[in-house]
Amino acid sequence: MMPMDMSASPVCNLTVGDEIRGKWNHSIYRVRRRLGYGATGAVYLVEHKNGLAALKIGHDQMSITSEVNVLKRFSKVQGKVLGPSLVEVDDWQTRKATYPFYAMEYLKGETLFDFMKGKSLDWPGILLVQLLTDLHTLHQAGWAFGDLKPDNLLVTGPPYRIRWMDVGGTTVMDRSIKEYTEFFDRGYWGKGSRKAEPSYDLFSAAMVMINMAYPARFTKRSDPDKQLQEKIASSPMLKRYAVILEKALNGKYQYAEEMRNELVVLLNAKDQNKTNQKQMTKSNNQKPATRQAQKKKKKSFLAETFLVFTFVFVVYLFYMLGQTM
Amino acid sequence: MRNKGTLRQILLITDGCSNQGEDPIAMAALAHEQGITVNVIGVLNENTAEFHRQGLKEVEDIAMSGGGISQIVYATQLSQTVKMVTQKAMTQTIKGVVNAELQQILGSKSSMDDLPPDKRGEVMEVVDEMQETMNLEVLILIDASGSMEDKMMTVQESLLDLSISLNSRIGDNEFSIYAFPGKKKEVEELLSWSSKMDSIGKIFSKITLGGITPTGPAIKEGIAVFQQKRSSKRRFLSNDADGYERESSM
Repeated sequence: MMPMDMSASPVCNLTVGDEIRGKWNHSIYRVRRRLGYGATGAVYLVEHKNGLAALKIGHDQMSITSEVNVLKRFSKVQGKVLGPSLVEVDDWQTRKATYPFYAMEYLKGETLFDFMKGKSLDWPGILLVQLLTDLHTLHQAGWAFGDLKPDNLLVTGPPYRIRWMDVGGTTVMDRSIKEYTEFFDRGYWGKGSRKAEPSYDLFSAAMVMINMAYPARFTKRSDPDKQLQEKIASSPMLKRYAVILEKALNGKYQYAEEMRNELVVLLNAKDQNKTNQKQMTKSNNQKPATRQAQKKKKKSFLAETFLVFTFVFVVYLFYMLGQTM
Repeated sequence: MRNKGTLRQILLITDGCSNQGEDPIAMAALAHEQGITVNVIGVLNENTAEFHRQGLKEVEDIAMSGGGISQIVYATQLSQTVKMVTQKAMTQTIKGVVNAELQQILGSKSSMDDLPPDKRGEVMEVVDEMQETMNLEVLILIDASGSMEDKMMTVQESLLDLSISLNSRIGDNEFSIYAFPGKKKEVEELLSWSSKMDSIGKIFSKITLGGITPTGPAIKEGIAVFQQKRSSKRRFLSNDADGYERESSM
């Protein structure tokens, strides 16, 4: 349904203190406030027996179930926490109707735009590196994110880390993207299909950057290629990333990791980013660093031995001389 | 061996009330009986006259009778709506089929919504899979009455965008486009079955806008087009449910 219908729906108009009871598991959730609403339902901050949680409630069983399936998969992506973790799935039965819902981990953080207020221009690049790291993990697990846009992202911390909030658009690789937003969709800009593949997400990631420079967004003109190039060139924030952004927009990267690595190199190249460089590449540099140290130790050990031997030899020489004299 | 089915849809894009020939609501019911879902999009202008808005009530009735989905929108939202309506109708049809099968397994009153959430998730994966892999045939009927003139460009763009979305699926797609009224007949073929819509720019320039709106005859012609297509197919088995037909591919 269209969002305008949703705002009038009962699930979008729960008030503070309302109780949502699960039909199957009998858990109780008490509404604190509404966090937002979209095409498929509304998200609330709720209290339950284990503390705070975010609860998404909607009308359509299909779309809620579909999102739950995705969240379950996320918890199976090994080692890394990508999206919010799933707490529980249930139905809320009222006298009038039954509404499907699920509870998930509540991520406390700021929107990208709020976060950027008063921050240096290094941050967009660093957030993009973080985003690309997560995308690579997700792609390796066989999924594309789909509906990548600032509204579905969050910066938690400090330490600051970009996180995914709404994973509703996540799609199995090679299928058609489930959910998307025109501005971030390469189909809309005439730059390719809506098939779930890494390059689809990388296009959107580049558009997220462009959106950060142009918070009001803009609509497509007759020559989208030229239009996007101009937008990048005329923004001081985007200009330094121009080469990478254009490669992403034109589907030149096959994997998120390629784009990430090029971005790290670019961020490292500037003097002013030295502090960031240390943070970003710490893990990469650790091993070589220790190996080098070991080598140095070996070298100094050799030099010491050499010196000791020379000294002993010289003393011995003097001794022999003393004996013969 | 794997079962693969075909979904058949008529997508009617109009901006007003029918005024000639058969009753479109009856024709939609006839289409529905033969496994074709009829979806209708009513297009408005910001300055659409009041009597035109009244006429758009018919939009809802046709879709309801055709087992499909209707939506009334301003021309600017057309692109998103065309996709939304097509995809929702697919899901609805597939859900109908899945529910019918569940009823066979679990008893007369069961549907997906009565399953506990865990099981529901598994069924949903099947629905997702079907939606992605089933073949889809969409016959698009475009109202070419005079008042549509300023909306034709938008209609053309939305159809191109629809084909980008559908062609990103794994299943096959075929589109066919008809305009009503046509130059000489009530309904005229613009594009015969094809999986691509890249060439529709030329097609749209051929459309001459007429005065009447023969919606009913257009839907009737749509049914005939589907029938021709079906009979030209090698294999044909009976319908399992609305808008859905099973073919076994070896």
